[in-house]
Amino acid sequence: MLTKRIIPCLDIRDGQTVKGVNFVNIRRAGDPVELARAYAATGADELAFLDITATIEKRKTFAELVARIAHAINIPFTVGGGIRSADDVARLLDAGADKITVNSAAVRDPGIIDTLASRFGSQCIVLAVDCKRQAGRSIVFLDGGRTPTSRTTLEWAKEAVSRGAGEILLTSMDHDGTKQGFALDITRDVSEGVNVPVIASGGAGNCAHFAEVFETAKADAALAASIFHFGEISIPDLKTYLHERHIPVRLT
Amino acid sequence: MAVAVIKYNAGNIRSVTIALERLGVRGTVTDDPETIRKAEKVIFPGVGEASSAMAYLRSRGLDTLIRSLEQPVLGICLGLQLMCRRSEEGDTDCLGIFDTDVTLFPAEDKVPHMGWNTVTQLRGPLFEGIPEASFMYFVHSYAAARCSQSTAQTDYIRPFASALQKDNFFALQFHPEKSGELGQRILKNFLMLEKGAV
Repeated sequence: MLTKRIIPCLDIRDGQTVKGVNFVNIRRAGDPVELARAYAATGADELAFLDITATIEKRKTFAELVARIAHAINIPFTVGGGIRSADDVARLLDAGADKITVNSAAVRDPGIIDTLASRFGSQCIVLAVDCKRQAGRSIVFLDGGRTPTSRTTLEWAKEAVSRGAGEILLTSMDHDGTKQGFALDITRDVSEGVNVPVIASGGAGNCAHFAEVFETAKADAALAASIFHFGEISIPDLKTYLHERHIPVRLT
Repeated sequence: MAVAVIKYNAGNIRSVTIALERLGVRGTVTDDPETIRKAEKVIFPGVGEASSAMAYLRSRGLDTLIRSLEQPVLGICLGLQLMCRRSEEGDTDCLGIFDTDVTLFPAEDKVPHMGWNTVTQLRGPLFEGIPEASFMYFVHSYAAARCSQSTAQTDYIRPFASALQKDNFFALQFHPEKSGELGQRILKNFLMLEKGAV
């Protein structure tokens, strides 16, 4: 049976993990490679790395980091942050990334999804959508949630899939950082509205939140950052919890 | 060890060479017939579209070459599909090494089949030391029907052949290079096969 995926996400700036990371038994918590190894060893199904480096020059550092990660772990990983062109994607895939995310660049020029999917294959093109509820509708936001657009979330997800996106990473800005649970309504709408896997992101605070995003909102995968980094939930404990509730997970 | 990784117009070959490096083996990515013929092991990986991949292989004579290889050959993902008789993708005649056909998953669930799923009814040398119902990582929209050459099967929407073997030809629908320690063990099992022993 296909299992639900648990995906820790690491924010990277200048080749180092951002935010305090308090991971058990890690000496150099700032080193993304060490963290990646630790997560892979404890049963993460996939990893995500988001580059929040401000300057173009420093992006080379990220590609070098991707190459080091690719050599260190043997599970799939997705990278994203500031990807604007096929050249950006080629550089990261060549470094060893399995999938890339496009976000703002795709909203500004949706044709980039067609270009990337036909050149690299849909299986490695993940559309990242940051959404927020406004006047009762879920709206797509850009630039890390700062800039609203005129697009509604479900309509944009459907268009992106028709253009070749192979997966949707849906982050609810209303829920991100709250630890009050994932956005169940919009996650369910998108998951039932498109025929590609949907990764829910934003709001994970405890094990029950994961169970409800898989069961109620039909997410295929769930992504979280701080609760894993600070050891509030360990991946083995989370998977045992889900397994006991008959939610299919990969037990290692 | 000389391991040739067949280069053609398919993506994601990099992850295979990196996985080989993790096992201390340097793979040569090549479309040179002589290098491929002389290699001790040949890996035929790839993610891509069947008809354009077959057209590319034919234009370079690699189709005939692959069929004639006598050392252990390992197809991965699209590689497995191209080693079958036919693929529904682009209505393509493939290499015909395995006596089975490849069809698109029905849209009763999400397509592609992406993520970790179990492999069962394991047999053959690649699965030495791999427990029944181990999890492997899959990403694909087309799958081969089970046949007498199946050495593993997986269930998504319907059961399909997740591994095949005929003589020296092995193939995996999942990505051993992305399937954690167990996937790495499968790759290692392949690298340790002796010519003539299969």
